[in-house]
Amino acid sequence: MQVSTGMEKGKMKIAVLSGKGGTGKTFIAVNLAAAAKASTYVDCDVEEPNGHLFLKPEHVREQEISVKIPVVDHEKCNGCRKCVDFCNFNALAYINNKLRIFDDVCHSCGGCLLVCPEDAFTEKDKVVGKVQRGISDNVIVWTGILNTGEATGIPIISELLNASSQEPSELTFIDSPPGSSCIVMESIKEADYCILVAEPTIFGVHNLNMVYELVTLFDKPFGVILNKCLGEDNPAEAYCMEKNLPILGRISFDSELGTLNANAEVAFRNDERYRELFSSLLETVTKEVPH
Amino acid sequence: MKIVIPTEIKTLDANVCPSFGRAPYFLIYDTQTKESVYLDNTAAASAGGAGIKAAQIVLDSKAEVLLAPRLGENAAQVLIEAEIKILKTKDGTIKENIDAFLSDELAPLQEIHAGFHRHGER
Repeated sequence: MQVSTGMEKGKMKIAVLSGKGGTGKTFIAVNLAAAAKASTYVDCDVEEPNGHLFLKPEHVREQEISVKIPVVDHEKCNGCRKCVDFCNFNALAYINNKLRIFDDVCHSCGGCLLVCPEDAFTEKDKVVGKVQRGISDNVIVWTGILNTGEATGIPIISELLNASSQEPSELTFIDSPPGSSCIVMESIKEADYCILVAEPTIFGVHNLNMVYELVTLFDKPFGVILNKCLGEDNPAEAYCMEKNLPILGRISFDSELGTLNANAEVAFRNDERYRELFSSLLETVTKEVPH
Repeated sequence: MKIVIPTEIKTLDANVCPSFGRAPYFLIYDTQTKESVYLDNTAAASAGGAGIKAAQIVLDSKAEVLLAPRLGENAAQVLIEAEIKILKTKDGTIKENIDAFLSDELAPLQEIHAGFHRHGER
């Protein structure tokens, strides 16, 4: 796995992540992207992308994403079952002297082709989703969409990051999937900086810890945004103090913001307070990134 | 004839295991010799595709019939293609279900669930 070590030509890629869904990743990524003079927003939450609901990109064009799935030549297959034994995803079965491939279970690792001593496999393309590119004022919007039931979003995220890195924007905000699984790792692989979004609960601390461990493992510089702050004891803030994690900002719990979000409006573009908040947050973040 | 039953414990007095792909063991029961052999279900620890691998274990055991309370779609496909008869168990122990099978009281398993990983829901 390649891990990006420096920034290319003054470009900054900033990933926004959290240990669970609903903490405010999309809210923060979308609004930071809107606050920049010109930026690219990349929605890597390919199982349920929602940044486009707020940014409402125009001039959308899309491209299908395919993966390779094995096809067996039954004439060549000698029934040795090396592929069946090798497949860690159990996508192959040998039934009545015939190899059977379960396309939906296959993770396209290509291992069966490698272990087959008879060279009995070829590959076919299988569409697993698509990527879209559109424009929302100052923001270029890239969205990945994984078809329901597919094994993994990695091929979609990989193409999203590849395509969006060709954009001229100096700032790219990557909206990561929730959690700390392999699709999250894929989404932060090339990031220069990570923003961890945390909720003010004990559960929030647990989730913050998951992504904190992940970015530490990947040796990524990072900072924390404390979201939905209630003005009382904040376990996530206490955790940051204890571990000496940099806090980039605090966003208060606000029912008006809830209304803005529920109406799919970009807070930065529709509310003076959030215009100020995200302008200053963007300044903090862009100052932090090179250090 | 050999029949297969998923089980959590290696005894005929246990209840039938509600899961097929994730059952810890498979009882292979020979109706002629009344002999019981318990196979480890190595599929149980799989990250995914457990049903397919478990079904492969069942058909490699040369059993002709599977007795189970329920079955996932992928496992069912393997077993149906292998022409293994799938019968629905009743509440009760493995022994009671073997007796029910021998007196022809078990009906074919009709409902096949879509699995737990949303494959094939499109």
